[in-house]
Amino acid sequence: MRLIQVVQTPELRLEVKAGQEQLDRVVKGAYASDLLSNVMARANEGNIWITLQAHQNIVAVAALLNLAGIVIAGGIEPQEDTLLKAEEEGIPILTTPLSSFEVAGRLYALGIGADDGQAKMAQS
Amino acid sequence: MIIANSYDVTLSVAGHDFVTAGEAASQIKRTLETLNLPPKLVRRASICAYEAEMNIIIHACRGQMGLRVTEDKVAIVAHDEGPGIANLDRAMEEGYSTASEEIREMGFGAGMGLPNMKKCADKLSIKTKVNEGTRVEIIIYLPTSEG
Ligand SMILES: Nc1ncnc2c1ncn2[C@@H]1O[C@H](COP(=O)(O)OP(=O)(O)OP(=O)(O)O)[C@@H](O)[C@H]1O
Ligand SMILES: [Mg+2]
Repeated sequence: MRLIQVVQTPELRLEVKAGQEQLDRVVKGAYASDLLSNVMARANEGNIWITLQAHQNIVAVAALLNLAGIVIAGGIEPQEDTLLKAEEEGIPILTTPLSSFEVAGRLYALGIGADDGQAKMAQS
Repeated sequence: MIIANSYDVTLSVAGHDFVTAGEAASQIKRTLETLNLPPKLVRRASICAYEAEMNIIIHACRGQMGLRVTEDKVAIVAHDEGPGIANLDRAMEEGYSTASEEIREMGFGAGMGLPNMKKCADKLSIKTKVNEGTRVEIIIYLPTSEG
């Protein structure tokens, strides 16, 4: 599954705030955490990262891990410098009024598993 | 894997500068990618570099990061003139952190940085002295040969 398909899923209520050009990325799983060094340890390449953090250091984390993109949940608005940095680094930033729990549940329902959503999609 | 020339770079890291935080680690990652090192190795090195850089930014005043790639290994050195670590054994424990409440709200201070480095490095050596500073050296060996 590509990020654009996730963005176009109405129930997720996502708004693209940065990285519009990078939405063709392949999504391989997702990870939810608000602790940056926990994300560093556990998130994998191609993951969507669900978080409540909105400051610019989330962009560095996503770029270093080659994440597919960041979903900032809970209706939290990213700071302006976060968005500038995200454009610079080519990291999609999506926001939604849904909670982290709801985002995770809906992504899971789309077939995006904890590790590799693609494998799941291929089976169905 | 043979790298014709050793590669050396030094980057300065300013304490408490969250604006450029992660830049030294990004540059290290880009360099390793340019050298065509295996993605898994680049990931481990990036994690180590990021955690070391953030530790300087969060806990120290100023420091330097160095990357040296030779034919058998990647070495990352983070050196700072900060407060030093009083009890290194405790600092290595998962969950131990002296980060302030404000820093924790930003998602730092989980006490996982040093344990992450330990997991991702082949060798981690830390020299530290209270009121003088800390020197962290991370070694990751390159795959021996590709026949
Ligand atoms: N360069 C440093 N200078 C001074 N103290 C340090 C340094 N690096 C680590 N420490 C001390 O060791 C503790 C543990 O470090 P570690 O990186 O594991 O966790 P943290 O930085 O507090 O949180 P996290 O890395 O999860 O955001 C720190 O809280 C701090 O007290
Ligand atoms: Mg740390």
